[in-house]
Amino acid sequence: MKRIIFVALLGFSGATLAEGGMLQGSCATCHNTKGPAAQTLKTAFEKKGPDLFYAGNKYRQEWLVSWLQKPSRLRPAGMYYGGHIKAGVKGDEIDASTLTDHIALSKADATSVAAELMKMKPHDDLIAKEKIESGTVPKQMGEMAFNKFLGCMACHLIEPEYGGLSGPELYTAAKRLQPQYIASFIRSPQAWEPKSMMPNKNLSEVNIQKMVHYLETLSKEDANAN
Amino acid sequence: MPTKLVLLILLAAFSAQTQAKETPADNYKAYCIQCHGSEGTGKGVNVRDMTVVPRDHTDAKAMSGRSDETLFKAIKEGGPSIEKSILMPPWGATLSDEEIKELVQHLRMLCKCKFG
Repeated sequence: MKRIIFVALLGFSGATLAEGGMLQGSCATCHNTKGPAAQTLKTAFEKKGPDLFYAGNKYRQEWLVSWLQKPSRLRPAGMYYGGHIKAGVKGDEIDASTLTDHIALSKADATSVAAELMKMKPHDDLIAKEKIESGTVPKQMGEMAFNKFLGCMACHLIEPEYGGLSGPELYTAAKRLQPQYIASFIRSPQAWEPKSMMPNKNLSEVNIQKMVHYLETLSKEDANAN
Repeated sequence: MPTKLVLLILLAAFSAQTQAKETPADNYKAYCIQCHGSEGTGKGVNVRDMTVVPRDHTDAKAMSGRSDETLFKAIKEGGPSIEKSILMPPWGATLSDEEIKELVQHLRMLCKCKFG
């Protein structure tokens, strides 16, 4: 009996080690898993993937589990676009040869890594400031905002084939991100990442709420299933 | 001697807390080339679907029609502040006033031009 408990304990500690080990091991080669965020552009230019040290404040766990098993590119021009462009006939274009794919994890690894990531919440203070009210934004109004009123499409794909390429795609944002994080990041990208490529557009509270609602609408569209 | 040391330590602590000032070339590379292009000619990686094309910073004729104050305002407060496109966002929360001033001078270097 004692032996069984001992073996079980060994197995448990092994699994725990593997989780922490993967995060601080292979994940940490491309992601900042310990913080703080990049304080200089030099460091920001070298980033190979998004910071994970506040993953628990940012991502939806179920999305992490599924994406880690079947990763797809969310930033068409990589983490820092400047390192992945080349001169083309009509202007700068993405140099796909410089982009690397994210590794796919097994279901078990994806589940345990996601669980570990969700524990990383150093910015609970920023999240606590956000109150998301329920509401909807008509699709046409949302599109107008992205195009004409706020100009999000300059840097983000707002549909699978429409928009800018330097930032992460927006049409899946609400599927990936917690609503309070979306609101907080729009309110002040620099509070999360001082050297963020995302500008602070000084949106009003009403508009921040509208953006969260519209991103939720967009992510539920079948065409944007990802 | 010990006073000097204390001062040095204080100075080090203070500079570590303030955000490091970036060079105009690095700021241009980080925030501008996505739309204005790696050569500054307005042909960045983002322009494909834009209804208004970004300014060609090497266009001396167009750039000499803008004062340094206007360029500063456009960078700090965004396109609409000078009656230009919303696609040019405000960078006032990203860059310090000093960095924006240096960026304006960087633009003058790119266009090889002055206002007027």
